[in-house]
Amino acid sequence: MNWTLLIFYLVSAVLLVSSILVVTVRNSVYAALALMLSFFSASIVWIMIEAEFLAISLVLVYVGAVMVLFLFVVMMLDINFERIRQGFWKYSPAALGVGVLMVLELSAVLLSRKADFDKLVGPKPIQAGSSNIEQLGLQVYSNYILPLELAAVVLLVAIVAAISLTLRKKKLSKYVDPAKQIAIRREDRVRLVKGRSS
Amino acid sequence: MLPLTHVLLLSAVLFSIAMFGIFMNRRNVIILLMAIELMLLAVNMNFVAFSKYSGDMAGQVFVFFILTVAAAESAIGLAILVVLFRTMRSIDVRDLDQLRG
Repeated sequence: MNWTLLIFYLVSAVLLVSSILVVTVRNSVYAALALMLSFFSASIVWIMIEAEFLAISLVLVYVGAVMVLFLFVVMMLDINFERIRQGFWKYSPAALGVGVLMVLELSAVLLSRKADFDKLVGPKPIQAGSSNIEQLGLQVYSNYILPLELAAVVLLVAIVAAISLTLRKKKLSKYVDPAKQIAIRREDRVRLVKGRSS
Repeated sequence: MLPLTHVLLLSAVLFSIAMFGIFMNRRNVIILLMAIELMLLAVNMNFVAFSKYSGDMAGQVFVFFILTVAAAESAIGLAILVVLFRTMRSIDVRDLDQLRG
């Protein structure tokens, strides 16, 4: 067994164990931390299949940004986990059944003789002077320039949506709307009560 | 270089674990979002592996865009979660029955 395969097995074991932890652990903070570990291991696998740029951007985007967002939300909200965890193992036979069934189906497809992956070209060795990021950049900025711009628009929409959803109106000044002021009626402000004279 | 089947099997098992997680944590919206991220990771791993082994960069470009959309999705999802918690004081899926007719 060569070293590459050994490291791959080690990293994928870490990936699978940490992803099981994500979905079964009691505290959501630990789930977010386990999700960080699984994304990190996945990026190691991507580096081993020579997709360096995507591996680094996975670490930057997910471990750096999205996980911090998850941690912030989990820690800011005061969630009663005990109530949510009630009956957690109730549907575990069905969940396990579906999971094992999916693994069996997918591995049956992947390991069958019909799935002849030898027909593929095979990994092309990267020539000296070129790199994964250079090839990706050439594609993104020539053939896929319109999707790139659309992705930028999607990110802008996400920023605007996230801010406008969570923004709370705060009164900064004692400004009074003149239209409301002149539309006021006497009945809203003055209440006449009949006093009893003694 | 790794055999292609190994990577594909890894991503298949990862996807199934995420599916298992969605079944188990049907009450906790945060863990549901995390399980969706794991599913996207498994799919992206398939894309990267096939792109590398068939010598076509298009798969990696696609993963690039999937990462963008997934980041936007999780940001908006968490924002909705925060608003939900402010109004309901809970993120339990059982409490989300406001639209019931």
